[in-house]
Amino acid sequence: MTDVLPTMPGLPTGETVVDDTPPMTETREEFDVEIKGTVGAPFVDDPKMSARHSNVFYGEKQAIFDVSLDIGRNEIIAMIGPSGCGKSTFLRTLNRMNDTIPICRVEGEHCLDGEDIYAPDQDPVLLRARVGMVFQKPNPFPKSIYDNVAYGPRLHGLARTRAELDEIVEKSLVRAGLFNEVKDDLHKPGTGLSGGQQQRLCIARAIAVDPEVILMDEPTSALDPIATATIEELMDELKSRYTIAVVTHSMQQAARVSQRTAYFHMGKLVEVNPTNQVFTTPQHQLTENYITGRFG
Amino acid sequence: MTATRDRIEATLRKRYRRERLFRFFGLVSLGISFLFLLILLFTIFRTGLPAFQQTWIKIDVDLDPAVLGVDRHASQDELFGANYAKAIKVSLRKIFPDAKGRKKKRGLKNLVSNSAPWQLRDAVMKHPDLIGTTHAFWFLAKDEVDVFMKGRIDRNLPESDRRLKDFQLAWIDKLLAEGRLEKRFNTTLFTAGDSREPEQAGVAGAIMGSFFTMLVTLLLSFPIGVAAAAYLEEFAPQNNRWVDFIEVNINNLAAVPSIIFGLLGLAVFINFFGVPRSTPLVGGLVLTLMTLPTIIIASRAAIKSVPPSIKQAAIGLGASPVQTLFHHTLPLAMPGILTGTIIGMAQALGETAPLLMIGMVAFVVDIPHGILDPATVMPVQVYLWSDSPERAFVERTSAAIIILLGFLVVMNSAAILLRRRFERKW
Ligand SMILES: Nc1ncnc2c1ncn2[C@@H]1O[C@H](COP(=O)(O)OP(=O)(O)OP(=O)(O)O)[C@@H](O)[C@H]1O
Ligand SMILES: [Mg+2]
Repeated sequence: MTDVLPTMPGLPTGETVVDDTPPMTETREEFDVEIKGTVGAPFVDDPKMSARHSNVFYGEKQAIFDVSLDIGRNEIIAMIGPSGCGKSTFLRTLNRMNDTIPICRVEGEHCLDGEDIYAPDQDPVLLRARVGMVFQKPNPFPKSIYDNVAYGPRLHGLARTRAELDEIVEKSLVRAGLFNEVKDDLHKPGTGLSGGQQQRLCIARAIAVDPEVILMDEPTSALDPIATATIEELMDELKSRYTIAVVTHSMQQAARVSQRTAYFHMGKLVEVNPTNQVFTTPQHQLTENYITGRFG
Repeated sequence: MTATRDRIEATLRKRYRRERLFRFFGLVSLGISFLFLLILLFTIFRTGLPAFQQTWIKIDVDLDPAVLGVDRHASQDELFGANYAKAIKVSLRKIFPDAKGRKKKRGLKNLVSNSAPWQLRDAVMKHPDLIGTTHAFWFLAKDEVDVFMKGRIDRNLPESDRRLKDFQLAWIDKLLAEGRLEKRFNTTLFTAGDSREPEQAGVAGAIMGSFFTMLVTLLLSFPIGVAAAAYLEEFAPQNNRWVDFIEVNINNLAAVPSIIFGLLGLAVFINFFGVPRSTPLVGGLVLTLMTLPTIIIASRAAIKSVPPSIKQAAIGLGASPVQTLFHHTLPLAMPGILTGTIIGMAQALGETAPLLMIGMVAFVVDIPHGILDPATVMPVQVYLWSDSPERAFVERTSAAIIILLGFLVVMNSAAILLRRRFERKW
């Protein structure tokens, strides 16, 4: 994929477009599109997580411009957009993984169940137990399958006895759809599994601490179509218990698994709408350009 | 088309020639370094191996109460003070009745080590019943006899150029004929401390000194070094002027001549803090200063090479930075950290110069039993012996080098084993 982006004179870097109630901008010129604010429906009632006027900087460089978005309960929201548009950056603001990047600075209000997660009394450790993360590249620990899944529960003292821990491990592996494949090899290294199995192991590891939200950053980009399908089915099952935000480069995937889709462009949130609407009747020119494959 | 081809072919031939030449030089330099290693090992082992044997002399000692000055009912105290030297002298004269005159009498005394009376004393104090009988004892031979027995004194040299005179050679021949001379494995070398008498000298004191010094060094430099490396890699603010300053200085410290560390240790640890000199404690402190940069640099490289995705996974699960460090980063970096540590320790084990500055070059007879006993270390023992005039110390110097090399081989094997053990955890 090449990132040949159209030149946009109306988009000086650094300047943010503050607009809470998104206007319906209908600019239809091919390559001269101004992003005035977010179109569509970024807000929902009683959101699980929400961001308001989120600005993220890497040193001097701004990566996210005034993004406001809600994530509803028990929904899967897909985040799409060209490479480098800030999807991963935005996702990481939601569990404060950006804290680990020294030059990264986050502004705005980010809430989980209405509580500001960047408030001084908020503990990032607790937050990350409540908002789990699955990464693009499967990254199991170089430990046994069992220890991989048991790591989180051990860390947070979720099991009092070995039997309880066994149960958590088994339950998580079952939910991640991996248990049948590995039940006899729980003490073999997790790094010895196939890529798709490793990614499901990472999902099992994330759900073992029973998070409320799972953030997934291109969870299937390193996997073949069959492994991808398994993970997509899994996400569909998980949504009954968890809230999921997934970044993906595959529009088919977004269409298949998500209920809402958010389109990012150069650090701005361009459009948020129900998924079928985004893929059938996109509201914004840039969204249409992207999903019809005109760039990105 | 063909023109290009020809041109490439022409350059190809040149390239291949250069490659052959380069390989040839590589082989030659490898051969040269290997040759030097062989020469080194060959000379050391040729000189040093005889030191692992020691000549003993059998003497039938007449434990005459009149000569000893005590009888078999004497108390242990009285037995301790008995005149064993005289008993040995008398018994020697019996074997060599021709030993008349001062020169020959002294020559007679110089056949056995001057530790013989103590050896006899220990035996008699254990078994006082021996008094009044004649009993055959094996005594350490004097170093010159030992050197002769190992063929390192040429009897064809003019007498004035030899340490052993003609009459002594005759005696030795007689002892040999009677089966009174025997070469045995030299246990003294491993059980005794240093001594002015080569046949009584051993490396046990130096080995224990090295052991305690290394212990102090390891216990200090490993945790400090790893903690410093972990802090600099994982917690220190990036692009901070102070951090940069510290980093540059750590790298510079690795290149500071080791004797400077000795001077520093003398000024700081001994003169300022009053740590007792000549002890493994102060030696270990100085060697810690010297080893730290090596360990820090190696540990940082090892920590840096841990995949960030593993750390992210841990942090994403809610592990705190310190938990991430101890659960994942350090275990994964451990092979590299251990390699660096062992390299640093091996350097420290072979280090002499800084220890000279803090008094670990002293002549220490007693085997140290703790980090506060005066001690020397193996390389200093090598240095001390190589400086001694006695012919018998030449082979002992090489023997000490062999033992030191043995320890280094053991340490390196331990490093490899440890690495394997930690790496097996995938
Ligand atoms: N650690 C970082 N340090 C500095 N700049 C960064 C860092 N991470 C991301 N950026 C910058 O922030 C912008 C957004 O990056 P981000 O990774 O969020 O994009 P993305 O949408 O996830 O792209 P992709 O689809 O390729 O993963 C990019 O311009 C990138 O250069
Ligand atoms: Mg990304």
